[in-house]
Parts: sequence; C-alpha cells; structure tokens
Amino acid sequence: MPADLSPHLIYGPTGIAVFIIGLVGALCAQDRLRRVLALKLCSVGAGFLLITAAWREPPAAPDPVPHALVITGIVVMISATAVALALIRRLKSLEAEADTPQDTPEASHDA
Amino acid sequence: MADILAAGLMALGAVFFIAGSVGLLRFPDVYCRLHALTKADGLGLALIALGVALRADSFGEVFRILLIWFFVAVASATGGHLIAAHARRSDREAGEGEAGNV
Amino acid sequence: MSDPLAIFDLLLAVAIVALALATLSVRDLFAAIVLFVVFGLLSALAWVRLSAPDVALAEAAIGTGVTGALLLKTLHHLRHVTGTPERAAMRGMTPGAPVPMPVIWANAAFCGLIALGLAVAFLGAPAAGPGFDALVAEAMPRSGVEHPVTAVLLNFRAYDTLMEVVVLLAAVIAVWQIERGLSEAPAPVLGEVFEGFARLTLPAIVVLGTYLLWKGAEAPGGAFQGGAVLAAVGLLLLLARLYVPQPSHRPLARWAFVLGTGAFAAVALLVTGGGRVAFEYPAEHAKTLILLIEGVVTISIAVTLAALFHGREPVAMAPGEAPAASRSGEARDAG
Repeated sequence: MPADLSPHLIYGPTGIAVFIIGLVGALCAQDRLRRVLALKLCSVGAGFLLITAAWREPPAAPDPVPHALVITGIVVMISATAVALALIRRLKSLEAEADTPQDTPEASHDA
Repeated sequence: MADILAAGLMALGAVFFIAGSVGLLRFPDVYCRLHALTKADGLGLALIALGVALRADSFGEVFRILLIWFFVAVASATGGHLIAAHARRSDREAGEGEAGNV
Repeated sequence: MSDPLAIFDLLLAVAIVALALATLSVRDLFAAIVLFVVFGLLSALAWVRLSAPDVALAEAAIGTGVTGALLLKTLHHLRHVTGTPERAAMRGMTPGAPVPMPVIWANAAFCGLIALGLAVAFLGAPAAGPGFDALVAEAMPRSGVEHPVTAVLLNFRAYDTLMEVVVLLAAVIAVWQIERGLSEAPAPVLGEVFEGFARLTLPAIVVLGTYLLWKGAEAPGGAFQGGAVLAAVGLLLLLARLYVPQPSHRPLARWAFVLGTGAFAAVALLVTGGGRVAFEYPAEHAKTLILLIEGVVTISIAVTLAALFHGREPVAMAPGEAPAASRSGEARDAG
C-alpha cells in the first residue's frame, strides 16, 4: 500500500506546503496586496487538506461533508478578500492624499 | 482504431502546445510571443478537442466539447487582441514620453 | 509506478507548489496576480483528481475567477492613485522599517510549529478515517436531491449555508461603506472586439449558469457555482460598459443582495411554523424547497459578487466633480 502513490499521498503534502508558503508569506510580505494573496494561498492549502481527508479509494465515493465545508470556505474567503481589497484601496487613497499636502482648503473649511 | 486515432490527435495537439510554450519563452517581444501562443494553442486545442470528441460516448458530449472549443478559441482570440492592443498603446505612450524628454 | 496517472499527479503537485512560491516571490504585482490565477486553476484541476468536482468548480469560478478580477481591479486602482500608470509602478516598493531579529525568529518558530502540527496530523490520520460518508449515505433518501454535496449544503448543514449567504451580504455592505465617496480610477476602454466578445458570450454564460444550478440537484454544480458563473455576466457587462450602475438602481441592488438571505430565512421560519426544527424539510416538499432556495440564492450571489467587483456604491455625482469626490465625501461625513 505505501508503495502505491495514491493522489491522497501526493496532494496531502502539497496542501501542507502551500499552506506553509502562504503563512510565511502573510507574515513576511511588506506589501498589502501580496499579504492578501498569501492568505488566499493559505485558504487553498487548507482546502487541499480537507479534500484529501475526504478522498476514498476510487470505487467508493468521497465524503461530501468536507467538500461542502470547502465550498463554504471559498465563498467566505471571497467575502473577506473583497473587504480587505476595499480597505486597501481606501488606505492607499488616504495615503496619497496625505502625501500631497497642498490645496484642500475648501474641504477643511467645509468640515 | 478510433482510440489510436484519438491518442494520435491528442499527442499532436500536445506538441503544438509545447511549441507555443517554447515560443512564449524564446521570442523577444510581446507581439512575437502572442503570435506563437495564439496560433499554436488554437491549433493544439482544436486537435485535442477533436481527439476527445472521437472518444465521446454520445452526441451530447460531442456537442459540449465543440462548445468548449468554440468559447475557449473566441476567448483566447479576444484576450490576445486585448494584450496586443494594450502593448501597442503603452509602446506608443512610451515613445511619446521619450520624444518629449529629448 | 503502478498508476501512470501518479506521474501526472506528481508533476501537477510540483507545479502547484512552484506557482505558490513564485506568486509570493515575483517582484511585479501584476505578475504575482497572474501566477496566482494559474495556481488557482491548477489547484482546481488537482481537486478534480481528488474526486471533488464541485469544489473544483467553485474554486475555479469564485476562488480564482472572481478573486482574480477583484485583485486586478484593486491593482489598477492602486496604480492610478500612486500616479504611476504602467508596469514600473509597484516594482520599487519602499521597504518598511527593518524587522527586528526576535520577531523573525518568533515568526519562523511559529511557522515551523504549524508545519510540524500539520505533518503530524496528516501522517497520523487513519488512511480512510471514519468520516460522515455512512451518515450522509443513510440520510440521502430523505434529502430530496440525489447529489450528496448539494444535500449537505442545503439540507443537512443548511445553517452553515445560510450563514455563508449572510457573510456575503455583510461583505457587500462593508465594501459600500468603506468605499463611500472614494474617487474611482477610470476604467480602461476595452474596445469593440471585447464588446463583441461580451455580446457573443453573454447568452451562453446565462445558459451555463442556469444549467449548473439545475444540474446541482443530481450532479456536481449548484447555487454557488451557478451564481459565480452568472456573476461573470455582470463582470462582462461592467467591463464592456454595456451596463453602467446608476444611483437609481440602488434600491433594486439592495433588494437583490437581501433576497438570498431573506428567502433562505423565510423557508426556515416556514418549516419551523409547521412544528418542525428549522431546515427539517418535509420529505415530500424537500426538492421544491431546495430548488427554490437555490434559485433565489443564485441570483443573490450573482448580483452580490458583481457588486463586490464594482466596489463603490453608485451615488449621484455631477460629471465634472468626479475627481474631487473623495474629499467632498469626507467633508460631508464629518459634518
């Protein structure tokens, strides 16, 4: 059995590797957008592990519950990504405004 | 017999994909690369689709493979056009910028 | 090697890990996003190999397709704001303050620990551990659908799915609030060829999305995959400028956002009203109820994902004052 390389034995370590790459990237990345990418890698790595756990020797059908969990995870992840990217866009605009200190008299006056 | 023919078509398609990838890596600029990629991949995809269609069980499957081929071909042609148009626009802007600087 | 496909699996696994590394190490952010999209598509292929076609569809459509579009849009915005139009923009990111050594060591130890934990868990797990297979198989006849993943999502674990739709709703509300008054980077003109492409593919995408939704009852597919494919209609319309969101469309959009959650919760309440636990559908109506929820949720997901891509709430703005909108918006909020 161990001599037989089943997909589960190949993709399990793949998932662990992808998760760790994402984790290291999320901790080390200097750029905000790249940190979001790293977290996305983490989520895909976790998906790999769950799907590997659900895998069964071909004639048997895989366990549907982890599959449903990963689908839920994908949808939650895009919600989180969208909010994170909106925050990044907003932050960048604020920073760009702070970097150009001229003008804005009428804005401060209004406020 | 059909199986051998299908395998041959798919192998030929794979060769075209490899040729396209080599072109992508070896050609000097965007336009040559696009040329290699879109031509070779278009042909490779058509051959692989044909090979898979030969092995299909029902007419419905053949129809779906045909649809996949059609939409992938249209999408890749559009993508190639957009990349080329963008490259030309930024080339022109870069040229104007240099001219302005001089 | 007994199985020739094992070679394919090995190559695919190596490619996936290499793409993950490349995504985080390549300097150009645009290249990083493109590599990430390739990574996502290959992961979806790997999941097909692990006999999880539903998840692969969801990952390809939502996790890679819509996410990739969102990332590219954000990059476009960042480059517009920093005022460096082309590729050179993000290349020379100014590095922040140097990270202190103890922090680096702590991070390394943390990552090592997690890696060790995952490896131990993976190696220690029984090969075909006791899963939920038997429970699901036993309950399938009462679920109202023939596809186990759909049964789990919309019947056995419907609470999860309801919360998932709520999370999407929360995300779109948050994005509208965050982007309030944010000036928008002008969208690139994609030209007639793209417009023709959009017109040609739109009907096909609508058919495909509906097909995925309908097919989900008995085969891989379902509300989320169908919804994501239909969201692509929204993306194409927005990109080709065949549809420009108007302030007057906001009430309609709001209704569409809430529709999924509302219908889902209404069904749960209705079932509870009949003296049952929420989501314990009466067996004879289970299929009708599930398809009803799925249909409504699909529309809601499609509109929500397209709105997440578009980002800014379409508020009334005089054509001339668009660039200054950011500032005046803040002034309004403060006052």
